[in-house]
Amino acid sequence: MKDQSQLILQFQQKDVKAYEKLYNLYCNSISGVVNNIVKNDDVAQEITQDVFIKAWNKADTYSAKKGRFFTWLLNIARNAAIDYTRSKKFKQSKQNLSADFFVDILESSSSLDSETNTIGLKEFVTKLGETCKSVIELLYFKGFTQKEASEELNIPLGTIKTRNRTCIGELRTMLGV
Amino acid sequence: MNTKDYIASGILELYIAGSLSEKENEEVYAAIQENPELLVEVESIEKAILQLTAAAKKDASYSFENIKNKLKVEETKVISITKLQTNWKQYVGWAAAFILGSTLILSVLQNNKLKEQLASENSEKELLEAQIDSASTNLASAEKLIEIFRGKDIISVPLGGQAVSPNSYAKVYWDKKTESIYLDAKGLPEPPKGKVYQVWSLTLDPLTPTSLGTLDSFIADTNKIFTITNANQSEAFGITLEPEGGSLSPTLEQLYTLGAISS
Repeated sequence: MKDQSQLILQFQQKDVKAYEKLYNLYCNSISGVVNNIVKNDDVAQEITQDVFIKAWNKADTYSAKKGRFFTWLLNIARNAAIDYTRSKKFKQSKQNLSADFFVDILESSSSLDSETNTIGLKEFVTKLGETCKSVIELLYFKGFTQKEASEELNIPLGTIKTRNRTCIGELRTMLGV
Repeated sequence: MNTKDYIASGILELYIAGSLSEKENEEVYAAIQENPELLVEVESIEKAILQLTAAAKKDASYSFENIKNKLKVEETKVISITKLQTNWKQYVGWAAAFILGSTLILSVLQNNKLKEQLASENSEKELLEAQIDSASTNLASAEKLIEIFRGKDIISVPLGGQAVSPNSYAKVYWDKKTESIYLDAKGLPEPPKGKVYQVWSLTLDPLTPTSLGTLDSFIADTNKIFTITNANQSEAFGITLEPEGGSLSPTLEQLYTLGAISS
């Protein structure tokens, strides 16, 4: 994806049009991750906007050497969402929470959003093993390191890597990517 | 590790998740740069994760328009102003530090210069004071001399040049009351090294010389007037050139000037 690195370069030079393309590529994923942490759609929307404004303001800090652009956005999003969960506002609204994992969100989703293949994914996660659910939750949604996930799930460090690879492999087969 | 094993290790999945260390991230990045096959794999994984995470969002729609205005505002106004301000502050800070620093250095230098000037002025002042002091002393002694020379009880004795130095001359002013003579030796040549003038009081019949002393400070003395105590019943005065330290009796071959008291 030569186009993508070009877009990122333009974004770093404060090219709004290039940023709009990147935004459209990633905003749904970012809001999904944020929503999974804050468990509130309105708040997730607000935080997602903040994440993209933040990313814009610190565009010069991104370096391809440190990781993928998407991964960089993921980190900003998780941090912003976790910051929110530590605020008073969140603690007051906490009792209204129902869903705990991305799986629950997916399973309870009534969305027929064609863009995101929700129906297919819903089907996918219901079939997914418990370990896969937990590993994906921790690594992609919560931003755990390999070691943290290994400790949390009581699975050997090396196993996390291969187990995750298998889970993502299933996902890719289902999605055809 | 070959490409297949590398992919199978599951490291690329963790790379997308952001679960690797900074060092591991750089290693994966380097590996991807070398092997385009890895990039294809990474992009596929990312695509899958993008869809999975996107499914966790609720119905809310996300329009770029919502943040576009905020970006523009921040880009054209807030960012530039804050940048300008920080730069301005920074520059002013550095400028102030520079000015302060150079002012300090300058003032230290100036202070040293002033101190030196003051020191040299002080020594100059001391020199002047000494000059004034010596001038007034000179004046006083000159006035005293004039007074002495004009005194009616002063006996003036001219001493004429003798064979060894016919052009030499000297004058003795003898104050019998104070038993002192004032010898004006301006008319004598500078004594050669290792020699001094010795002043003699003489009685003529029989010829008896009495040493009045040597003129050790002859060269250094500017007015060449020497005050010498003389309690003798002198009848004549003579000046001879003697070896340093003087002699017990005058070396007559080296008699420079001689003068008898006229009365």
